Amino acid sequence: MKKNIEDALSCVEDHHIVMVGGFGLIGAPLTLIDGLTKKDVKGLTIISNNLGEAGKGLGILLTQNKIKKAVGSYFTSNREVGDYYQRGEIELQLLPQGTLAESIRAGGAGLGGYYTTTGVGTQLAEGKEEREINGIKYIFEPAIRANVAIIRAWKADTLGNLVYYKTARNFNPLMATAADVVIAEVDEMVEPGELDAESIVTPHLYVDYIVQAKQILTKEGVVTNGQ
Amino acid sequence: MGNKQEMQELIAKRAAKELTGPCVVNLGIGIPTLVAKFIEDDHVYLHTENGLLGVIDVEEDDIDPNLVNAGKLPVGEAVGAAYFNSAESFAMIRGKHVDAAILGVLQVDQTGSIANWAVPGKNIMGVGGAMDLLVGAKKVIVTTTHTSKDGKSKILKECTYPITSTRSVDMIITELAVFEVVDKTLKLVERMPGVTIEEVREKTEADFTE
Repeated sequence: MKKNIEDALSCVEDHHIVMVGGFGLIGAPLTLIDGLTKKDVKGLTIISNNLGEAGKGLGILLTQNKIKKAVGSYFTSNREVGDYYQRGEIELQLLPQGTLAESIRAGGAGLGGYYTTTGVGTQLAEGKEEREINGIKYIFEPAIRANVAIIRAWKADTLGNLVYYKTARNFNPLMATAADVVIAEVDEMVEPGELDAESIVTPHLYVDYIVQAKQILTKEGVVTNGQ
Repeated sequence: MGNKQEMQELIAKRAAKELTGPCVVNLGIGIPTLVAKFIEDDHVYLHTENGLLGVIDVEEDDIDPNLVNAGKLPVGEAVGAAYFNSAESFAMIRGKHVDAAILGVLQVDQTGSIANWAVPGKNIMGVGGAMDLLVGAKKVIVTTTHTSKDGKSKILKECTYPITSTRSVDMIITELAVFEVVDKTLKLVERMPGVTIEEVREKTEADFTE
């Protein structure tokens, strides 16, 4: 269960689909992302709400040209994404944030997809199946899964049970359910029994590997913890 | 009108008057975020789509980098607050458990349709939670400056940018006026202090009734 960064990321291969937790840098697995920037890998499809910020988080993978396609809801937070897109160097799939979240949830819950009212009648509904249910128009959204999910949690026990910290939770518990291999980086590792069973958000059956977080988001920005 | 900050605060303050508790309200990015500091009712609970019900302001010394609102600005945690994941957050929104959303726009038109997520030819590629809030919030209030930076009306006959939803918003609040949207038409219900009807007419492209 416990791994070093490099070994944990050995499951990421060229052209893989990789889910990355976080809302911008908040709750993003910064240590694992840093590990990906040091790994020789290409053609990744990244599923994440944002592509980090310019030169930060997933923004580094972008400038390394390791990302072929990005699926997310808010690329505006990294202005470089637009430049890459205009030059035809990245493919983008924009989804409403709730649809992104629910599609991942559906992927982890064994569903093929679902119908939603979000986006009906807009450009983002173009080409999507429309269906009327009880007089209301819905569009079909397929579930999303990935080869690998890298996520951030606060504490893990050595079985892989996870708890999260404040708004750093965001997409992480969903992505933990929707990939073939799930790697969680955590601030603190404890023994089984030390986490309150009622408070566990991600039960351990979802999690494959745990790594110690070394890159920490502070008020002053991202810092590397010397431990 | 005074400087930009005064103008934004005037709009935010007026929007805050629409919120009477108990209710759950989601605030968008920009002017909507400012609404928080003018809410006086203790039973208005602020929801942020990145996973917190019970958003309050935070003092500089108490800032926690992992506690932010949808605009990624630092916030505080109210007594009785709760955290949840993004799918649950949007289930709350689409499931009509959020009473009101206050949103910024690029354009709004005389039917109450808004455009706030894309500009053709520009690198604005973020829809975020806007489309979900439009389909799910029971009431949608737009807060916006009346005109864009180049002086053009943001309240148009018809949106020229891609629309965010086929649903009409319920109310539009600017530094000049308040409009209600009734049966896909605009009704001017209030002018801000010192604003003449002529000025509202001059700066509004959309048709409206008084």
